[in-house]
Amino acid sequence: MAVLIDLTLAAARDGLEGGGFSARELTQAHLDAMAEARPLNAYVAETAERALADADRADERRRRGEATPLEGLPIAVKDLFCTRGVASTAGSHILKGFVPPYESTVTANLWATGAVMLGKTNMDEFAMGSANVTSAYGPVVNPWRRRGDDTRLVPGGSSGGSTAATAARLCLAAIGTDTGGSIRQPAAFCGVVGMKPTYGRCSRFGMIAFASSLDQAGPITRSVQDAAIMLAVMAGYDPRDSTSVNRPVPDYESSLGTGIEGLRVGVPKEYRVDGMPAEIGALWQRGVNWLTDQGTEVREICLPHTEYALPTYYIVAPAEASSNLARYDGVRYGLRVDGDSVDDMYERTRAAGFGAEVKRRVLIGTYVLSAGYYDAYYLKAQKLRTLIAEDFRRAFESVDVILTPTTPFAAFPIGDKLDDPIAMYLNDVLTAPSSLAGLPAISVPAGLSTEGLPLGLQVIGAPFDEETVLRAAEALEQAADFDGSGWR
Amino acid sequence: MAVDEATVSKIARLARIAISEQERSGLADELSHILTWVERLNEVDTEGVAPMTSVVAVKLAQRADKVSDGDRSDDILANAPRRDGDYFVVPKVIE
Repeated sequence: MAVLIDLTLAAARDGLEGGGFSARELTQAHLDAMAEARPLNAYVAETAERALADADRADERRRRGEATPLEGLPIAVKDLFCTRGVASTAGSHILKGFVPPYESTVTANLWATGAVMLGKTNMDEFAMGSANVTSAYGPVVNPWRRRGDDTRLVPGGSSGGSTAATAARLCLAAIGTDTGGSIRQPAAFCGVVGMKPTYGRCSRFGMIAFASSLDQAGPITRSVQDAAIMLAVMAGYDPRDSTSVNRPVPDYESSLGTGIEGLRVGVPKEYRVDGMPAEIGALWQRGVNWLTDQGTEVREICLPHTEYALPTYYIVAPAEASSNLARYDGVRYGLRVDGDSVDDMYERTRAAGFGAEVKRRVLIGTYVLSAGYYDAYYLKAQKLRTLIAEDFRRAFESVDVILTPTTPFAAFPIGDKLDDPIAMYLNDVLTAPSSLAGLPAISVPAGLSTEGLPLGLQVIGAPFDEETVLRAAEALEQAADFDGSGWR
Repeated sequence: MAVDEATVSKIARLARIAISEQERSGLADELSHILTWVERLNEVDTEGVAPMTSVVAVKLAQRADKVSDGDRSDDILANAPRRDGDYFVVPKVIE
């Protein structure tokens, strides 16, 4: 059934509709592929029984003519989403065994439209990481290798399990979350499409919180059309998330296929960061040429505070994390390590339950919020965040989308960049600015590095203009003609 | 900003994370390194700039002040590491 797992989400939907195969066959093909690919460590839990039951139900509904948009399509879920009755751990030892009594809104939307749940995917602990090496379940392995070199590479992070699973045909599509690049960066490293919608587009209810003013769910797929299909189901207003936005969800899929003639594309010179390899610059230029050839008007734009985005992010995100992660105290759920007093119990539980990167960020966050340092760090960062958002707002007065590379380099070996946290943080230098501004952005696989690894181009759009982002991404996808199975 | 080991102990205490003597010196170096790096923000004049409070300009929605959920103590306690009836159990707080 190798052919079934190679289908796009859209093609599988058409195949099910045409009666060429059943949801059960499609699901079983994925479960078989998952069993074979366990060395990648992309899944932390496979929910085979549930998947087959979902598939049978989907087949039954289709027979009755009651099929909904994702009816019978097998999907993988990042372990950051709470799934009722299925352990949800955010890749952390402190949540081992936690079985949510409720369902996140985004996953509930998937199941309500007929999707089949294959399992929960591996991730950096509490989504803090860019290489999927901080997971309590061990690293994920990127299905791609350098040409003629068998060294195991990272898939990127924090949604590394979801992007590796999508690239390796272990699901038709996956969902991830993006705080500073956690969908787009691993999508670029694994040669798949990854989209972060506008902040507020998808409900955060039931997503295990990292940095609440930045966290946003999004789709990971093997085509731009598939991203449009997924986003239409995931998005929408939810009264249970006070920051979710109450505006209609467009039919994203139907906005595709209309071309991009006349579109105004901005290229920010500040994204040419120090030490960026020549091949990334060349890829970017190819992207510019592709869009120019399709009738767009490309112009240079100025986003002057770009270089301050990453340090701003590394104050804002840890500050919010230190507050959000205060809930892990050994009392209500998860790990508990006994102590002599309640404080001793808290301290031992959190010492044993959190990994090194999470501790580092909680401590940084506690420091920048503490008395005497709040103004110098946190308030300063919030002011920079205003300036960064203002840069984008001004840019979107004269352009419709912005084109940049997604990452400053390709995937690297597991174990690299571990000695220096800042070297690891630089993975997100091109994705963090749009996160701070809450903007929709997508990574599209656009070519291979000289070593044969996938590289991505990023399209950033104005708030709630996902449709134009998807159209520009589709134009890049068509011109790039990327072979997503090149890792085989 | 260089963070010394005493400061590391202080913030670890605020964050309720036990750290060993051994971890402390490593953390002092790492945190100093990161804080020095983020201090680059001081290059930017932010006089008169309003700090961001909301990334998307929307008014918080109002809802009716009515109970919408409840009577779920078993759900809420289902994951408790220690429970006694309808209570979470913690180490003794009052002598």
